[in-house]
Amino acid sequence: MPTQKFTLNGKPVAVDVEDDVRLLWVLRDKLGVTGPKYGCGLNVCKSCTSHINGKAFNPCSVPVSDIKATDEVTTIEGLADTVGSTLHPMQEAWLEIDVAQCGYCQPGQIMAAVAKVKQVRAAGREITDADLDEIRNICRCGTYHRIREAIVKGAEGM
Amino acid sequence: MVQQPDDITSDDATPDGVDRRQFIGYLLAGSTLIAAAPLGSGIFAPDRADAAIPSVPELADVFDLTDLQTLAAMPTSNLIAIQIHTDGTASFALPRAEVGQGITTSTAMIIAEELDLPLDKVHITLAPARPELVFNQLTGGSNTTNSTYTPIRVAAAIARGALLDAAAILLGDNVHNLSTQLGQVIAKSGAKVSYGDLALKAAIPKSTTKHVTLKDASSFKIIGTPQKRIDAHDIVTGKKTFAMDMSVPNALPTMVCRAPSIKGTPKSVQNAAEVKAMPGITDVAMISTGVAVRGETFGQCIDAVRALQVTWNKGTEDASSDATILAALKRAELPMVLPKLPLLTKSIDATFTFRFASNTALEPNCAIADVRKDGAEIWAGMKSPLVAQKEIASKLGMTIKQVKVNVVEGGGSFGRKLFQDAALEAAEASQAMGKPVKLMWHRTDEFRHGRTHPMSTSHVRASYLGKEVLACEQRHTSISTDFTHGLGEMLTSYAAKLPAGDYTFAQSIFMLTQTTPYNFGVTTQLLNEVDKGFNTGSMRNIYSPNVRCAQELIVDQLAAQLRPDKDPYKFRQQFLKDPRMRAVLDKAAEVGDWGRAMPTGTAQGIAVHAEYKGACAAVVEIDCRPATVNRKIPEAYTGPRVTKVVFVVDVGLPVNPLGLQAQMMGGIMDGIALALSSSLHLENGHFAEGSWDDYHYTRQWNTPPELELVVMPTTTGVPGGAGEFGVAASFAATACAYARATGTMPTEFPINHQEAFTFTPLPVSPPIPQSPTNGLQTTY
Ligand code: FES
Ligand code: FES
Repeated sequence: MPTQKFTLNGKPVAVDVEDDVRLLWVLRDKLGVTGPKYGCGLNVCKSCTSHINGKAFNPCSVPVSDIKATDEVTTIEGLADTVGSTLHPMQEAWLEIDVAQCGYCQPGQIMAAVAKVKQVRAAGREITDADLDEIRNICRCGTYHRIREAIVKGAEGM
Repeated sequence: MVQQPDDITSDDATPDGVDRRQFIGYLLAGSTLIAAAPLGSGIFAPDRADAAIPSVPELADVFDLTDLQTLAAMPTSNLIAIQIHTDGTASFALPRAEVGQGITTSTAMIIAEELDLPLDKVHITLAPARPELVFNQLTGGSNTTNSTYTPIRVAAAIARGALLDAAAILLGDNVHNLSTQLGQVIAKSGAKVSYGDLALKAAIPKSTTKHVTLKDASSFKIIGTPQKRIDAHDIVTGKKTFAMDMSVPNALPTMVCRAPSIKGTPKSVQNAAEVKAMPGITDVAMISTGVAVRGETFGQCIDAVRALQVTWNKGTEDASSDATILAALKRAELPMVLPKLPLLTKSIDATFTFRFASNTALEPNCAIADVRKDGAEIWAGMKSPLVAQKEIASKLGMTIKQVKVNVVEGGGSFGRKLFQDAALEAAEASQAMGKPVKLMWHRTDEFRHGRTHPMSTSHVRASYLGKEVLACEQRHTSISTDFTHGLGEMLTSYAAKLPAGDYTFAQSIFMLTQTTPYNFGVTTQLLNEVDKGFNTGSMRNIYSPNVRCAQELIVDQLAAQLRPDKDPYKFRQQFLKDPRMRAVLDKAAEVGDWGRAMPTGTAQGIAVHAEYKGACAAVVEIDCRPATVNRKIPEAYTGPRVTKVVFVVDVGLPVNPLGLQAQMMGGIMDGIALALSSSLHLENGHFAEGSWDDYHYTRQWNTPPELELVVMPTTTGVPGGAGEFGVAASFAATACAYARATGTMPTEFPINHQEAFTFTPLPVSPPIPQSPTNGLQTTY
């Protein structure tokens, strides 16, 4: 069985698993990192959203062998470390607005929010209603409006 | 652990002239202080048990499902207990399921209030199945706070009293000179002692009865204040553990290969050995609903499910499609019994169709099962754990005592977790394989084989003469709703009290929940249900969203006929029966700036709803202009956009206004989806939808950019229901706004159901799709 190597939340990992197993299952079932949630396995619901080299991606739709040894994968568990703090400003905003209900979608929502803010900043602007409209993450509890408020708030701290 | 009150002595004489806030509870023997109260006890509401049940049709006005659930719980005097620990914290195992509705937070608030303890010192867990609670461990009908509010307060107040007594001895002072504050007993002298230091001293060797007086609502410091969720930190850091995140030794990922059509069952497997030899796969076993595979990762289970060659028995609905079901509903509609009305009476008559909808949560059905020869242990998010325990025991051929059922926090429910579909399958698979399993449904299974809110029609006829409405009749016809989760059981014991005796459970529940909130003369509402072939259940409410949407659309039509100004708001104001309803209506109209000038193609809609001992109203603004309807978001269904919602809610007593607002927000998103975008299409015995991009639940691009949620101050002093409450009024107001914006009253919901598919349906065989491999091309 091949050994897969990459950096996960700042630490190197090596795991024996077949090449075609999607990264989400390597994280959850092999490495016990359960922050990224399964909601579809189809790159649709976005509840597994994590970061690869700082950009949002959906590990349910990436074979583990596509992850290079030099790639840095960050899940919700490692997000705060990327800013050297106990909580990322986006997580702080989530707490302040009291966004979560069941919480199942929220790790993915937060990871998507951070990437979205970085994306629009890279384009030299701030987040707009149109940007928020394009966020695809499902929240079946319907927390969408507080998510919008929290992203704007979290962006202020980023 | 909770002790039963059979060995309890009383050291308190019953006080004379028991006042409204005096209650009885217990101090239980234990190593630290444990105070308890009977859940659903008759003592806390002596006037309730004898409440007269009025005759139909206005049953729900005075005696609704909330009362029934509270009343049905009364004969089971079983205890819930609060324990005080030496670290100064209090703990409580809530016999309900937290699935996102915020009841762990509101329960902690209630305890903190009555105990004078900081909120973060109260720890709430979910109780495992407790058979002695009989039907008092069901989370449904938005009934949790209504049924647990007083018993929890009683237990907390008794604990506080015991702490005061212990402190009096310790400090050599009189109890009357002592007060409590933030987890400490404080003497007039200034001496202080913490609850933690009193926990052992207040423990007693023999259980006793205690009388207690509850705090006056006017002194509440926590109840009624906005409090954030107690599990928020765990959620935003990814630490909150759902069933799927738990690690039970050797409980490997397990999935089920399902039939191509609804309720199809497996006949034989052609290639079990081949599939078992696939990478990572450890077991293949036939169970009653399909063929289960167990493996190292869920990804490998997906591969195995797709590789299985199975011969299937027919399903229950193989010949059914949307059109055949609609025809069946039409045939089953009960006749109107139009009362004798004066000559010249006119009427408005319309029939509305509500399509199948999926109650899937974002967390798919999931359960862990470890079945051994002599016993079984199950972990899952379950709102009806007692029914689960019974069904699992009978499936495994075990006694109830041999099956331990642990309730895990759920990732949303909306009715789905009233059933234990995954837990039953997990138990069966674990038994067949002889190993622990962690069984999960694929998203596509969720849409195609999961429970649905059944398709229904609602026929409304309103008759009027001059400025008066003389009669309003409604005939609701639905595919059968599955009530086998315990609500039925609860009703059985009260069947004798139900009207006329000849009604089905579904009809009884319909009558206990449905009302016409207006002075419309003779009103009748009847339900008929047909066809038990589908997997059904409630979905963030049972009948109300559809029934009320139909009614409110007709109310707008009546306004246009009966009032010169045709104003839907003023019409409602004029005809509503209940002052609480008028108050929320007026508030919504005021905050929502009702009647403001809006461009052609956009409009406001207004609607009200009463249920769960509460009243609410919504003002919705919608934009139906082509530029908005056809806005482009990649692979999205856009359609008309709700641009603003103002929602006003009166729940009697808002325990946590912040949590209440959150529940209303969620209900509004459901209401918008039901009105505009989300439905399942039935084609030859299966649903076409298989993904969140097929089933158009509200997404960010459908979310109202403006949202205002107004919580009315305390009215009744009793907390009503919240979880399901927001849906009906927002659904109806969205529909009314759409009708006013387009000039056409919609009669089909969601309004886009007949439009061409925006997706290519996934194949039914293999039953689940493979995961994409291009995830690195969609990064941002
Ligand atoms: S699980 Fe990855 S996008 Fe849905
Ligand atoms: S909080 Fe439950 S799915 Fe988003």
